[in-house]
Amino acid sequence: MLDRISKAQETIEEAGHKLGRRINIMEVCGTHTVAIFRHGIKSTLGSHIRLISGPGCPVCVTDSSYIDTVLAIAERPEVLVATYGDMIRVPGKNSSLEAVRARRGNVTIVLSAVDAVELARRNPDKTVVFVAVGFETTTPATAVAVQEAKAQGITNFTIYSAHKLVVPAMDALLGTMNTSIDAFLCPGHVSVIIGSDAYTPVVTKYGKPCVVAGFEPLQIVEGLAEICRILASGKPQVASVYQAAVTPAGNATAWALVNKYFRPADGYWRGVGLIPQSTLVLRDEYDQFDTLKRLGVTESRAVEHTPCRCGEVLCGLIEPPQCVLFGNKCTPDTPVGPCMVSSEGSCAAWYKYARVRRPQS
Amino acid sequence: MTAKDKERILLAHGGGGRLTDALIRHNIAPRFRNAALDELTDAAKLDLSTTKICFTTDSYVVKPIFFRGGDIGKLAVCGTVNDLAVSGARPVAMSLGLIIEEGFEMESFERILDSIALAAHQAGVAIVTGDTKVVDAGSADQIFINTAGIGERLSGIELGFGKIRPGDHILLSGTIGDHGMTIVSQRTDIGFQSPLQSDCAALSPLTMSLLESVPGIRFMRDPTRGGLAATLNEISGSAGVSIEIVESHIPVSLAVRGAADVLGFDVLDIANEGKFVAVVSPESADAALKVCRAHPLGKHAAIIGQVKDAGEGAVVEMVTVIGGRRIVQMPYGRELPRIC
Repeated sequence: MLDRISKAQETIEEAGHKLGRRINIMEVCGTHTVAIFRHGIKSTLGSHIRLISGPGCPVCVTDSSYIDTVLAIAERPEVLVATYGDMIRVPGKNSSLEAVRARRGNVTIVLSAVDAVELARRNPDKTVVFVAVGFETTTPATAVAVQEAKAQGITNFTIYSAHKLVVPAMDALLGTMNTSIDAFLCPGHVSVIIGSDAYTPVVTKYGKPCVVAGFEPLQIVEGLAEICRILASGKPQVASVYQAAVTPAGNATAWALVNKYFRPADGYWRGVGLIPQSTLVLRDEYDQFDTLKRLGVTESRAVEHTPCRCGEVLCGLIEPPQCVLFGNKCTPDTPVGPCMVSSEGSCAAWYKYARVRRPQS
Repeated sequence: MTAKDKERILLAHGGGGRLTDALIRHNIAPRFRNAALDELTDAAKLDLSTTKICFTTDSYVVKPIFFRGGDIGKLAVCGTVNDLAVSGARPVAMSLGLIIEEGFEMESFERILDSIALAAHQAGVAIVTGDTKVVDAGSADQIFINTAGIGERLSGIELGFGKIRPGDHILLSGTIGDHGMTIVSQRTDIGFQSPLQSDCAALSPLTMSLLESVPGIRFMRDPTRGGLAATLNEISGSAGVSIEIVESHIPVSLAVRGAADVLGFDVLDIANEGKFVAVVSPESADAALKVCRAHPLGKHAAIIGQVKDAGEGAVVEMVTVIGGRRIVQMPYGRELPRIC
């Protein structure tokens, strides 16, 4: 493995010299961010590459209005909330699902969306609200849950969708928010579903290379080397160093299922704002499974007033230590912003793996 | 009382009356026979061979109470014994406090007692005193165990943070993450096909043989909750030194690595119940490794790193498998409740 690492390092070195400037590469996905920190990858890259963590942690990009709406719904006596574990500590305006769970006991952590359907089946007198967050990797599971609930005639199962799409976010970043990005390292698991061809519009529109990589350290380093090679060649393209799992077309069956139940809509990303066609909502014919419609709730939009700079972190405009809260008021034990809550958040990864030395006592 | 009632622990078993007496005399005490316990006095009388002792206490609330490689009873004995063992003591006696939930199956209770008896026998420690309480259903989860342990300090052995010096080697007695990953996999019902098994074991036979045969052992600790990451950070913080470990030298079973990857855990943060970390002088490192590897409890032992001067500040750093460097932080400690 070390041979291949050395070879990749040489490619990066050569490209760096040829381009004569620092190469800004955004890893879009939170799993990549954590792997990069965990394996100390930045320390092996030399000075030619600057890695920027992007908005690829589903917990981090879930808008605070969504969290506050979930918390309001959780107060209703007829509601049982089912959520993935990483959402439970995310702070809303005044509370979190963890606090609601401790007080009311009506919040259950599930490992898959289908478990939430089972929860509904066992509690026919309650309305189960599934907190449906995540990128293209988790959306098919939510679609399967809706399909199951429909097939089994379970009418007390609902979902509140905040499912996000990766490519519109990349488009928005390059369009206005962070034009310094030279290329994207694209996530392996999302690409298994959507296929590497899904990134072609980004390359065509902006001329920025997109390279898909898995999460092993070698994959990541080789993915970065491939980006450098493409940039040095001057011919931007989509490529993949994860061909064992990712095909150009992706998993058509899974994506067809998502399209059957969901349609794209404009959506808010925490700290980033409105991104056109970047979120997935249930199609009208499946209204019966839509939490907001079933409960007659509307999402209240509130502007966040906080010194937390998660939005800028998510866009790759600043690094976590540049936020005044980082490591002081905002730590994994007392998170202020979502990037510190999720183990895949940039701030949490930075805090865990790269925080400065502690002073000698 | 019906035959069915007999099969479960009742509130009356902890009431101090006849049922309590019968439970202690028939179910508990006969399993742990020794001179100090057999009299069933209010306090055990001990004759120790030295006035230099180590004294420790711990409570066990692991869920599930039965897991692959052990159960809450074996864990209680091994955990107590190991705290004494890594402090440089020979475990001699321990107490056994049982808090049982009303309705707990007698069969499970007896299985746990048998397991405690076997583990104590194997570790050469006597259960010399105890207590039994029963709480209403819902006030505890099946069974909780509290212990205290006394060990005689090995003569001439002084372990402590203050003895650690830059240049010392870090010895790890075997693979990491086995206990924590076993508990997580059994609790989350993920049903890994891989052979995950807790490493729960009493370390005293190995630590005593190491301490008696190799000079230059500076400090020992068992990396339980918080895993290797927590133990190394405690050493770094308390001794005011930096530590550099090499990822490729740290033994991890394929099953643990696979399960940790799937669940997104860092193996360094995961609990162990049958491993120790020893800080060893550079001259003694080879001999210490040899003693460990010759023993069944230490056959995968490895030197995983070195103590460094704190320089700009004490820190634990790891050289990763690809030659990168990263900091190893103290885990936050919220990932996994009730692993021991």
